[in-house]
Amino acid sequence: MPANLTLAIVGGALIACGVYLITERSLSRILIGVVLSSNGVSALFLVASGAAGGPALIGLTPKAEMSDPLPQAMVLTAIVITLSVAAFVMTMAYRSFQINGHDEVQDDIEDARISELARSDAASASYEDMQFSDTGEDVVSE
Amino acid sequence: MNNLLAVPMLLCLLGAAATFLAGRQPRLQRAISVSAVAAVVIVAGVLVWASDTAPVTLWVGAWPRPLGIVLVADRLASVMLLVAALVSLAVLVYSTGQDEDELVRETPVSIFHPTFLLLVAGVSNAFLAGDLFNLFVSFELLLFASYVLLTMGGTRDRIRAGSVYVVVNLVSSALFLVALASVYAATATVNLAQLAVRLQELPPEVRGVLQVLLLSVFAIKAAVFPLSAWLPHSYPTAPAPVTAVFAGLLTKVGVYAIIRTQTLLFPAEPLTVLLGIAGVATMVIGILGAVAQVEIKRMLSFTLVSHIGYMLFGISLATPAGQAGAIFYAAHHITIQGTLFLVAGLIERVGGSTSLDRLGGLARVSPLLGALFLIPALNLAGIPPLSGFVAKLALLQAGVAAGTPTSWSLVIAGVVTSLLTLYAMAKVWNRAFWGVLPPACEQTYRSYDDPQAGRLLPALMVAPTVGLIGLALGFTVFAGGMYAFVARSAHALVDGSYVAAVLGGGG
Repeated sequence: MPANLTLAIVGGALIACGVYLITERSLSRILIGVVLSSNGVSALFLVASGAAGGPALIGLTPKAEMSDPLPQAMVLTAIVITLSVAAFVMTMAYRSFQINGHDEVQDDIEDARISELARSDAASASYEDMQFSDTGEDVVSE
Repeated sequence: MNNLLAVPMLLCLLGAAATFLAGRQPRLQRAISVSAVAAVVIVAGVLVWASDTAPVTLWVGAWPRPLGIVLVADRLASVMLLVAALVSLAVLVYSTGQDEDELVRETPVSIFHPTFLLLVAGVSNAFLAGDLFNLFVSFELLLFASYVLLTMGGTRDRIRAGSVYVVVNLVSSALFLVALASVYAATATVNLAQLAVRLQELPPEVRGVLQVLLLSVFAIKAAVFPLSAWLPHSYPTAPAPVTAVFAGLLTKVGVYAIIRTQTLLFPAEPLTVLLGIAGVATMVIGILGAVAQVEIKRMLSFTLVSHIGYMLFGISLATPAGQAGAIFYAAHHITIQGTLFLVAGLIERVGGSTSLDRLGGLARVSPLLGALFLIPALNLAGIPPLSGFVAKLALLQAGVAAGTPTSWSLVIAGVVTSLLTLYAMAKVWNRAFWGVLPPACEQTYRSYDDPQAGRLLPALMVAPTVGLIGLALGFTVFAGGMYAFVARSAHALVDGSYVAAVLGGGG
């Protein structure tokens, strides 16, 4: 099967740019990254479908000159999915902007709290060295 | 009979459309969605019975074979479908109980039922999919539903948790597409049965690349260490029924896909050492994360990650006994992890919080809640005679029987993880159910010294929780028959009956 080198390089470059953007913090850049990389993946499907040919319509193109229609169907599905995902991420970025004033992905508060405890070498409030008794007296420290 | 295969997906999609139209009539919505999922349970039950003789196949649209989409229910797929549908039904009933009370506080629940049904449609179709691209579409369907469920209401916490979840899954979907393109380029098919034949004719290097690509995709979905960091970050903020169904189903779909690809597509390269190391790391690192947490839902998310390691343990052995143990463990874990998240929702109702720093003395306030937590918690840790013990025993026996250094380290890690799970659960029990309430928190404690505490545990929420606990107990009572069934499914994974059923023109 003759692979199309140009398409492969284009796909690779798109995916590389997409991955770079996805590692950013801002959701709108991540969105652009997702769209770029999904276009790269679509190009990859075209590489996978082999040599270019005529439209796969019986009666229009002789069987030997047809291009493989199956990857095209898959790419169409992938494009539709990417479209809806892009709309969703955009909504999320906007909502995040409404709430926080920016659309950056936030650190997890709980993670930050635990790693802070580790750094200061302190025991967490739930560290199990309190005693339980039935005196009704509160021995659990807050 | 084989037309039944299309029913779960169709019912759920039609139900989703109907509930969407009935958005202003909550009662009608609930009736539609509960009956749709109940029907899926019945269909799954019939499929379990039917697939025990031979895999059931349906070529959708009657295209000339092997073109077109095929749905396949072998023993593995139908047993997973049945357990998943049962848990979904319980969660749905639980959420209707929650609706009565929290309709006012929780924002737009009119979208909950349609989205939930889409999620169930995606999960059912993922189990029944007979080709990789259909599997991809099912994944997208269930992921999209999960994006919406996770960010429902659009509060600050849920948007923060949701953005991590969405981005991670977008990356995994892109990777899945890359894997699909590569598989298609190498074999010119995405049909699993055809792939099983054609992949064996490829050079081992190409096959290895495809295998690692697919494994990485499914490992992200299944939250296998080191690809598991997203899960404890995103699950705990969602409403209790949503977390319960995510914990039960979504990661298990990934596990199912790993079992399917490993046994059907790459039986010659089990990658025992790689998967074994991933299994050990997932179990131990996951449970160490759980021990450090003070928030019950976060702790349960970490135990979820950790117990995925047990399923990898079984898969990595690549023996029928190991696979059988993994399938049994998956069925047990879907049930029990879902139950625990439902109980966490009940704890939040009664105690006003799920943080151990703000709870205490719950066993005195509500002994019923104590029992509801204790049984699944002990089950998760694997205390005999509960199903967790049976499932772990099956895995440990398979590990010892394999007798390699990898399998021995898996056995040791499995035992250690089981002990640490017990420790984490005992910590919850000691802090939240025994002792007394920290005085600073009495305002948040809705029912403390309230004679009407029972009102906070509505029957519609308690009944499905009890039902799931009962289901897990059923796994113990019928462990013999069930283990025999999963052992048959594990044998059928490698004896070529799947390929014969799909390509042989049967059904």
